[in-house]
Amino acid sequence: MTLELSHFSAALLFSVFASVVFGITQRNTARDQIRYGLYCFAMFAGGIFVAGWVMWLLRH
Amino acid sequence: MANSPVVKKVAKKTAASADAQKPAQPITTMSVIAPAMAWLIPGAGHLIQKRWIRGVLLMASIISMFVFGLLMQGRVYRPNGGDILDILGFVGDVGAGGLYIVTRAMNWGPGAIAHATADYGTKYIIVAGLLNFISVADAYHIAIGKKP
Repeated sequence: MTLELSHFSAALLFSVFASVVFGITQRNTARDQIRYGLYCFAMFAGGIFVAGWVMWLLRH
Repeated sequence: MANSPVVKKVAKKTAASADAQKPAQPITTMSVIAPAMAWLIPGAGHLIQKRWIRGVLLMASIISMFVFGLLMQGRVYRPNGGDILDILGFVGDVGAGGLYIVTRAMNWGPGAIAHATADYGTKYIIVAGLLNFISVADAYHIAIGKKP
């Protein structure tokens, strides 16, 4: 069984998992963990978009 | 006066020497078992310390990432003395503990160059291991009381 994801889907899924782990391990209270996890996800997702557009600019 | 740079410097130095005189953390049973369990089974180090939600979330995230990596035909590195990136890949993979052991035993993860997503899979597997290293450290900090 092979899982084939698009570049965007794979990167987004990666962001979800990494953000959950970062949020839990880098903060102490539940509220802070959720906030930091969401912040990490926003940074990852934003980075995906930025990197994509930078690659588009480099190509064109 | 209290906020002058000299006063702040002296206060910082006093605090640093006070830290140096603090006794080392005692080695408790849990401080050894929790990280060991966390390495072997992602999330288990938190579960045995009754941090249920954190343990389940860590377990789900790390195991899912590893399994998705395998499903994307990612490569699992073997112990090697070759290219530095291969060595680092192995170090990352071994962080997944029991998942790596089972994968090697079942001979999964040969890596399929023909699949475009195999490279993603390889990175998923490595990062799952690295995230588990962070999780192990977190379980240890909980065990020694450094974290709630």
